[in-house]
Amino acid sequence: MKVLESGNHMVALAANAAAVEVVPAYPITPQTQIIEKVADLIADGEMDAEYIPVESEHSACAALVSASLTGIRAFSATSAHGLAYMHEMLHYAAGIRVPVVMANVNRALGPGWNIWCDHQDSISQRDTGWLQVYVASHQEAVDTVIQAFRITEDHSVLLPLMLNLDAFVLSHTYMDADIPAREEVAGFLPRYRPLWKLDPRKPVTHGSVVYPVDFSETRESMAIGQENAREVIRRAVSEFEEVFGRNHGDLIETYRLDGAKVVVVAMGSMAAESRVAVDALRDRGEDVGLLRVRFFRPFPTGELRELLAGRDRIVVLDRDFSYGNEGALYTEVKSALYRYADVPANNIILGIGGRDVTHTGIEELVLHSADGGLPEVTWGDSRISDGHLVTRDLLREFDELMDE
Amino acid sequence: MEEKEEVGYMTSVSRPVKGCAGDTGEWRVFKPVKDDEKCNKCLLCWVYCPEATISKDELQIDYQYCKGCGICAVECPTGAIVMVKEDKQ
Repeated sequence: MKVLESGNHMVALAANAAAVEVVPAYPITPQTQIIEKVADLIADGEMDAEYIPVESEHSACAALVSASLTGIRAFSATSAHGLAYMHEMLHYAAGIRVPVVMANVNRALGPGWNIWCDHQDSISQRDTGWLQVYVASHQEAVDTVIQAFRITEDHSVLLPLMLNLDAFVLSHTYMDADIPAREEVAGFLPRYRPLWKLDPRKPVTHGSVVYPVDFSETRESMAIGQENAREVIRRAVSEFEEVFGRNHGDLIETYRLDGAKVVVVAMGSMAAESRVAVDALRDRGEDVGLLRVRFFRPFPTGELRELLAGRDRIVVLDRDFSYGNEGALYTEVKSALYRYADVPANNIILGIGGRDVTHTGIEELVLHSADGGLPEVTWGDSRISDGHLVTRDLLREFDELMDE
Repeated sequence: MEEKEEVGYMTSVSRPVKGCAGDTGEWRVFKPVKDDEKCNKCLLCWVYCPEATISKDELQIDYQYCKGCGICAVECPTGAIVMVKEDKQ
């Protein structure tokens, strides 16, 4: 069914299409409309699921894990500080191997308090064991919710998945998209069949103490689950295309890479904006292409090695920063290429805390870095302004006070 | 090096079994002893016992599981429960 909806509402509609059975959630801007819509759908009798309002995000994730352990399909959504508050339980969900899916609306972590788009929240959860996908359009958000359960519930994966969509750029803008009917989805996404589940007829404690003699194996098992996910993602994406006729890429999506000397690497809506920049630069005779990293975990190491070797330059756009080093995506891209390709690279930090990212801005920065005119790591849109909260004027005012 | 067995899917599970440290009653150093003459059946000991070892109707202490924490003796308003050192080797 074609609808005109906000990205958040579309995620909720997709969760319904995916026959989700339990949704424990706690509201936080800019995620709130996702769970509001879920609550609406359930109240209106359009969604056959249990909604659990909880007292915190930590509990939301705990309930998500417990619900899934009973052998049903569970879904939740959060953002920024909510995700950070879940941190312990994120490790729990992955460590206990539940195939849950959670939407995270990418938002900056304060202070300074900021509800706008930024990837720092999910990047900070990189090593929890969750699969991470970053979508670039409303339709992709819908389709990825449905693909997500196919991927996580595969018996060779059984790890949770975090579906990241950019705050406001995707979450609050209205676009048209197709929401597949439940019956249509059922063929692609059959009922969840767990390997085993919690059952009072066979009482066990799941997630209990594991001594050094076994612990390493449980962690290697998670690493294997992530590795297996690569092929499972490719298969899910290609079967999804057969049924629904849409393909947003598997671990990556490429755009005008043929003959590209300079390749822009980006995630989420900045990659969608980069498509426009690539078109404009191509029109001006510049050989520029785009590689969108769709899955950050598992990381598309093989794809990057194959597609980035031999290029003149790579320009990695990061909407996050690993303080004391560089953008996280940049580190990952360089690490993938180590010993495979020696390509000059730039890291441009852009769109932090919801700063508007325009294709003209990207065009300018890409041209500038292709000339070798940018420091390796550049804060692409930083500027000094009197509007900043701590200005030089304010510091002067404090000079006297601090001397007392 | 030995050939490595494939790890595959692995997660942590434990099953309920008899405690390897024996009945918790064996951990006791002091034992609560109740004087039925002084007991006014207020049920405070039953309410406060963290191990649920005091029966509600008879107010009898189950020494198989009582760890001897002494909370009942502290809470008892009539001094009907006193803690007595266990005679153990």
